[in-house]
Amino acid sequence: MTVTDPARVASPPAAPRRRSGRGLIRPAVVVLVTVLLALLPELQVQLPGVLPGPTYTAGTEQLLAGCLLIGALAVTYNLLFAVTGLLSFGHALYFAIGCYGFAILLQREHWAIVPAAVVTLLIGTLAAVLIGLVSLRVTGIAFAMVTLAFAQAGAVLVARNTGNLTGGEEGLGLTDAKLPAALLGVDNTQNLYWLALAVAAVVLAVVGGVVGSRAGHLMRAVRENELRVRVLGVRPYLVRLLSFGVSGSLATLVGMAYLLVQGGANPQITTSSFTLTLLVMVVLGGLGSRWGAMLGGVLYTLLDQRLGVLAASSGIAGLPAPLRVPLSQPAFLLGLLFVIVVLFLPGGITGSLARLAGRAGLGARPATLLAELSKAEAE
Amino acid sequence: MSTVVLLAVTGLGLGGLYFLVASGLSLIYGVMRILNFAHGAFLTVGGYLGYEAGHRFGAQANSWPVFALMLVVGTVAGGLLAVLVELLLIRRLYEREIEQVLVTVGLGLAAVALVSGSWGSDARTFPAPRWMARTTSIFGADVPNLRFACIVAAVLVLLGLQLLLGRTRYGLIIRAGVENRSMVAALGIDVRRTFTAVFGLGGALAGLGGVLTALYNSTVSPGMGDSLLIFAFIVVVIGGLGSVTGSAVAAAGVALLQQFANYYASAGIGDLTVVAALAVVLLLRPSGFVGRQVRLA
Repeated sequence: MTVTDPARVASPPAAPRRRSGRGLIRPAVVVLVTVLLALLPELQVQLPGVLPGPTYTAGTEQLLAGCLLIGALAVTYNLLFAVTGLLSFGHALYFAIGCYGFAILLQREHWAIVPAAVVTLLIGTLAAVLIGLVSLRVTGIAFAMVTLAFAQAGAVLVARNTGNLTGGEEGLGLTDAKLPAALLGVDNTQNLYWLALAVAAVVLAVVGGVVGSRAGHLMRAVRENELRVRVLGVRPYLVRLLSFGVSGSLATLVGMAYLLVQGGANPQITTSSFTLTLLVMVVLGGLGSRWGAMLGGVLYTLLDQRLGVLAASSGIAGLPAPLRVPLSQPAFLLGLLFVIVVLFLPGGITGSLARLAGRAGLGARPATLLAELSKAEAE
Repeated sequence: MSTVVLLAVTGLGLGGLYFLVASGLSLIYGVMRILNFAHGAFLTVGGYLGYEAGHRFGAQANSWPVFALMLVVGTVAGGLLAVLVELLLIRRLYEREIEQVLVTVGLGLAAVALVSGSWGSDARTFPAPRWMARTTSIFGADVPNLRFACIVAAVLVLLGLQLLLGRTRYGLIIRAGVENRSMVAALGIDVRRTFTAVFGLGGALAGLGGVLTALYNSTVSPGMGDSLLIFAFIVVVIGGLGSVTGSAVAAAGVALLQQFANYYASAGIGDLTVVAALAVVLLLRPSGFVGRQVRLA
């Protein structure tokens, strides 16, 4: 991933930029963090209040695996929204295709895991490309609406239990699937955790590769100045389609891993509000950087789960109604947190950290991508 | 024949609800360029506060004066909530459209969660005058009266909006704002006050829509706003962002299409047909329905 001069012109202030001398530090940190995360199931790390138990217990491993996967999904959405500037309200569809497609092939058709995975990934990619071909003919708000409509169609198909395949409201459990023994049983939850970590690593690596490539520069250029890209002789439509296809395909991959970790597919993931929560995660973490999106996804999922536990605790039940009602609703607290972040921390968590670092004299400019996207939208 | 009439009247009743939500959304988008994701929450809050107002009367909740009170409470609640949201949150993010949309997303999540925390996540029976549940025979079809009530309410709102937009000075400013916002500001008109007014008007229509949706479903539930909101978005886009008459026509068309397809094909097909209709419309007129067709009334 080398950064050339023309790319420097096209890259936004928010995009992580490599400096000479820092070239080795970042990969070293990434490797270190990955190794630490991989070792977690073997260690006895306790974070009271943050994690339900020590990291070698199955419950914690499953929660962390879910966090990593939702984080990875937020990274795929970041590629679409923050890098390419495409505000899609239907990204959950490809995640749901991964989850439900895989579940149907495994549970209803009794396929073996490898062919089922390959076919699901192909279906998800094909769906993303086809829907992208249609919906990218329009841009801006109209694009958001078409993607929302397609995702809504998917949600309706799942909710109505079409062809008796999806299980409707009940969801679809993997009770009857031919899975390798290593993925079954509470004792093997750590394998699912490692699978989730591997998928998250693959997603981060692929998105990083795409963003750093010439295609990635074009994606940012399309977001910033479409006319200029046209003048250079490139069709913005094809650049957007590439971004839509790659992020849809990766979302399908994440959806398949999510199915294995959760042991079933839940209709909740097909809804438009799930796509909206992805948007919340990406903005929460900080637009523009895939690490920010990852962080946002992990934090949101963790907060959602822990606030749910807090809501059900006896301490909350004893409070008077004006305190009890808001505190017993994780969605209320998360929505409020989101509004506060948008109002007061425009760069999200990573943007604010970068700004703090900048104030301390460490360089790194604050993220202003939101303002930039708003400007592009207004034009 | 009687089935067709029943489906048509039911569809138009549903279309009335779509219109109440979509007209506000459309005006807000037209003037402020905000896609208001909190609109479903305004509807839900209006519906629940209307319910709360009627519920207090216990056995008398089925009388007409109480129902009128519920309508007023729902409308005022939706309008006040929207004005507060505009003054406290949206205004701070003036000319940062994406952030405004994000704030409405967060607000929608929070408000619906607060409603389900206060009243529980299960649906509750909505009190209404007994006349509403009775049927009227029309061309051999026994149509529940509440369907007519929704149609009448929507038609009255449509006429009211036409009068407001076409005959008053405020309407003139709103229409001018849809056409060219910066020109209105340049002429010395306080655009911010117009924004607050339009947002409040949209919220009031959503609140009224909330009480009528509760009447239509005969229950209130925390998710009722958001399930209607998606179809309202589709109506707004098909009808043309910023156009009230367009919203009315599209609302009726979408609801009828949905009802007939759900009945004659199978349940759920109607929803898919509406989605397909949106895709077709957008692909045939990619810029037309969003870009140029912004004329009101």
